[in-house]
Amino acid sequence: MKPAPFGYADPTSLDEALTLLTEDGAKVLAGGQSLLPLLSMRLASPATLVDINKVPGLDTVAVSGDGVRVGALVRHAQLLHHPEAARVQPLLARATANVAHPAIRNRGTTVGSIAHADPSGEMTSVLALTGGSVTVATPEGSSAVDWADFFVGPLETSVHGPAVVTDAFFPALPPRSGTAFEEVSRRKGDYAVCGAGVTVTLDDDSRVVSARAAYISVGLVPEVHDLTEAVHGRTVDQADWAAAGDLARTLVDPDGDLHASADYRRLLVGVLTERTLARAGAEAAGRTA
Amino acid sequence: MTTKLFGEPVRRREDLRLITGRGRYTDDIGHGALAAAFVRSPYAHARILDIDVDAALDVEGVVAVYTYEDLYGPMAEPLPVLIPHPQLTAPRTGYPLARDVVQHVGEAVVMVVATDRYVAEDVCDRIAVSYEELPVVVGVDAAREAVHSVHSDVPDNVAARHHQETGDVEAALAASAHTLSFTQYIERSACMPMEGKGVHAVWNHDDSSLRVHTSTQASTSVRAAIAAKLQLSLEKVEVVAPDVGGGFGVKIVHPWPEELLVPMAAMALGQPVHWAEDRREHFISSAHEREQRQEITVGYDDEGRVTALDVRGWHDNGAYTPYGIIVPIVTATQLVGPYAIPVYRVRIDSVYTNTVIVTPYRGAGRPQGCYAMERTMDRIAQDLGLDRAEVRRRNLIQPDQFPYDHHLTFQDGRPVIYDSGNYEGLLDKLVALVGWDRAEERRAEAAARGKQLGIGMAMYVEGTGPGPYEGGHVQVLGSGKVLVSTGLTSQGQGHETAFAQIVASELGVPIEDIEVVTGDTRRFGYAVGTFASRAAVMSGNAIALAARGVRAKALRIAADVLEADVDDLEIDEGVVQVKGTPGASIPLRTVAVLSNPLRYAFDEAARQATQFAGPGDDSKPPVAVGDAPGLEHVDYYSPIRSTFASGAHAAVVEIDPTTWEIDVVDYAVVHDCGNIVNPMIVEGQVHGGVAQGVGGALYERMAYDADGQLQNASFMDFLMPYASEVPDVVIDHQETPSPLNPLGLKGAGEAGVIPGTACIASAIEDAVGRRIAAMPISPTELYDLVRNPDAERVPAATTGVPA
Ligand SMILES: Cc1cc2nc3c(=O)[nH]c(=O)nc-3n(C[C@H](O)[C@H](O)[C@H](O)COP(=O)(O)OP(=O)(O)OC[C@H]3O[C@@H](n4cnc5c(N)ncnc54)[C@H](O)[C@@H]3O)c2cc1C
Repeated sequence: MKPAPFGYADPTSLDEALTLLTEDGAKVLAGGQSLLPLLSMRLASPATLVDINKVPGLDTVAVSGDGVRVGALVRHAQLLHHPEAARVQPLLARATANVAHPAIRNRGTTVGSIAHADPSGEMTSVLALTGGSVTVATPEGSSAVDWADFFVGPLETSVHGPAVVTDAFFPALPPRSGTAFEEVSRRKGDYAVCGAGVTVTLDDDSRVVSARAAYISVGLVPEVHDLTEAVHGRTVDQADWAAAGDLARTLVDPDGDLHASADYRRLLVGVLTERTLARAGAEAAGRTA
Repeated sequence: MTTKLFGEPVRRREDLRLITGRGRYTDDIGHGALAAAFVRSPYAHARILDIDVDAALDVEGVVAVYTYEDLYGPMAEPLPVLIPHPQLTAPRTGYPLARDVVQHVGEAVVMVVATDRYVAEDVCDRIAVSYEELPVVVGVDAAREAVHSVHSDVPDNVAARHHQETGDVEAALAASAHTLSFTQYIERSACMPMEGKGVHAVWNHDDSSLRVHTSTQASTSVRAAIAAKLQLSLEKVEVVAPDVGGGFGVKIVHPWPEELLVPMAAMALGQPVHWAEDRREHFISSAHEREQRQEITVGYDDEGRVTALDVRGWHDNGAYTPYGIIVPIVTATQLVGPYAIPVYRVRIDSVYTNTVIVTPYRGAGRPQGCYAMERTMDRIAQDLGLDRAEVRRRNLIQPDQFPYDHHLTFQDGRPVIYDSGNYEGLLDKLVALVGWDRAEERRAEAAARGKQLGIGMAMYVEGTGPGPYEGGHVQVLGSGKVLVSTGLTSQGQGHETAFAQIVASELGVPIEDIEVVTGDTRRFGYAVGTFASRAAVMSGNAIALAARGVRAKALRIAADVLEADVDDLEIDEGVVQVKGTPGASIPLRTVAVLSNPLRYAFDEAARQATQFAGPGDDSKPPVAVGDAPGLEHVDYYSPIRSTFASGAHAAVVEIDPTTWEIDVVDYAVVHDCGNIVNPMIVEGQVHGGVAQGVGGALYERMAYDADGQLQNASFMDFLMPYASEVPDVVIDHQETPSPLNPLGLKGAGEAGVIPGTACIASAIEDAVGRRIAAMPISPTELYDLVRNPDAERVPAATTGVPA
């Protein structure tokens, strides 16, 4: 369990990092919590690790009325304990609380987990559910990439060649809305067997106009499912959240693995959808009142 | 008296060192050694066609590459069958490096030695081994069907047929008022010590000697094996078990291939060589345990009293049988637990599969036996509509029936005769501790919260402290320091503390003056090892006897000096004094000085023992005939047979009927290990055992696919419970001393894990009303079970309702 030989560079500017990344087999190193185990197990053997930890300006959480912009070096723990960010988009703290254990959250970056595009990671689905995007810097310049164009497959994004994801942007929770996040894992802190994040939005009459969900460890890339039709026009108290759960079950196509059959995941999609929508609905009603 | 520490919850002296990073494990020893790494088989069963090392020899830093062809003499022969048994008719062991055929994924094929481990692994990557794949046998059922064979000369895959019976079971079943039969499975788990195996070997050219540090549970026997295999004289080999980061059984197996190959390379290369097993290697090349298929038929009367028990089992021993058939024997003989079973027959076939070897893992066959017996008790209760506790009670061996002879032969070749016990006492305490009689109330309360609550219990008897022997050495130095050593090794159990408590109490010295060394052949050459909950019983008693020898000698010398009668002397706080006569005393350290008549005064203390220091008795030699200089004593303890500890566990589970998550909300343990040296250590052992029991019941399994590939060979997918998955454990003790040994001890090391699977299975079954016949069980499997219309339904329990 020792990595194959690799080169290492720790550039102090984004330009320098991007130049280094033009070399064959160069790879970004952020928190190392996903990459280093792959190296140690010799499942990956990049020629050079370009450590971006010394690149200035990537370690901030910028909160505005529009949403939360999370820099590439922001650790999960930083986002978990960021009340301002949580106020604008409560899903951030609710989801990061489910990412691994404290030691990993202290090093692992939220942007790194999005760049890693693991369908069992929490933050990929949260990016999708909130309708977020990432900023991708290449030697040609920077551009925003919408979440739907970013995730291509498990551990695969649309970004190829020399690039650094410099931040991820999570839009603010809309007015009259509530959110919830919950997952089932075999052991506390493990990757989820199944997780669900939801957003419920009400109209001025406190009736549901939108109910949307995204799941963890279900599907190959993050997907957002619109469950509104099951509860549309109902008040939070009247809404049949179980019906929304049933609808969700028909929309997903989970795989089985060592820890859960596909059927069991489908069961959990329904259960977690029902539970989280009920909580999100109550939160939305509280904010509307 | 402050020195009477036996039985006190003394804080573990080793912990400060171990938890502040000052432990010294094999990986901390001798920096700068060459590193070994292994090319291991990627196939479960294959013939080796060719090993091409050419590309590897170009790598900068490669020092040596070994294959089977490089082994000679005894090294080229199969590894030993450590524990032969007449019923083990087809024993098979591998070679240190695979010869022609590999029998499981992970078997070592090539050893590489390089300047460091990184380079060694680079070299491994460049070695090309070509294989011809052979058919693979995975799982007891495939082994039993024997469509394919693991070893070509063992066509039925049966290594051993273990068989014991105490009477005519078929007649007894025929005569029984009721009978029932069922089949159940238990899967594999593994020890998973924090520290894997590790070996560090140094060859000393100047005196042609070898020093080996290895993370073992049996240093004296590793020493003997290395001497035999490398053709060295025993006194030229030293083996030291430094701090060992957990063993749980896997490190009692020896010699591991690496324990021979690393020293071999050190000798050949004339340089220190080091190998530290990594986690993946541990998963695929160490040892697993537990997998069995059990077919049980039981006869019983209208009251639920067992009249006959017939057990037919299949035990998966993996690819080889280096540790013999200890695990199935332990299952067979410990299965009967605390119950009087009038007629018992057990037949267990130990079968080969193309998987990692199966050798003792904490509990060592007992969890499987307990699972068989305790689930049988539950079924009898269900069949007769009786409380599960009541059925157990009716079958218990009574306190006046000891010593109780089961007419079985134990793993040590000795009869299974229970020395002492009070099983009804355990059951009473357990019922009170867990609130068994309140189960229905709690079930209703949980139901109101949307949870399905269930309760289960399981009892066990554990044969502990088997022989043949252990020894102890106690020596008082002129400085007052007391050196204690035993050959048996430690893996974190707290031996340093417990053994020191025993010496402090026996000798009357402050514990601070005592230093304990274990598992170092330089200090103590005769030992058996640490397994089967035997350290306290075996080394504890041996050390006590050695301390008593030192005490007797100290009193004899002090009586001379103080001109007092030996019977009037006592030792307290390291001072020998005449009882009731203040001032008439002599420090033990002075006695130690005087015990060694000297010619030369090398320091102030020594002066007292020199030839002109005081009036001597000219009529006697300075050292009496039959006596020896020095205040020290060696003694051994060799038991007539094992001593039998016992206990009872209960688990309360809550199941979420929407997600089928299983939560162990209460776990109660009543435990009897005879006299207790240190209750804090015993409770710690119980806690750790329960954690492993919960792991085995709900989380851990070795997920082999049909090709013999282990799918979950990392801590990402092999789910050892975290602290968050382990319930709080409440413990009550009962002390029924063993009449077999001087201290009245019984072992405590393995107990905590034994009933976990049985009692958690019982609790889940009680909660969901469906038969649980395969363990471990996960939420996804529970979901499959409850929605399967064919799943057997279990009648609602009548828990706590006296029949
Ligand atoms: C035991 C354990 C449990 C875990 N449990 C969870 C869990 O429950 N949920 C979860 O979501 N995650 C979990 N993780 C993973 C953790 O969240 C990682 O921190 C995260 O997935 C990757 O972030 P990182 O900064 O460590 O990235 P690295 O490991 O440094 O990089 C990961 C990959 O992303 C690329 N990359 C990283 N940053 C950038 C960037 N800015 N631009 C371009 N490419 C980039 C790297 O090149 C690499 O390919 C766990 C990890 C461990 C070790």
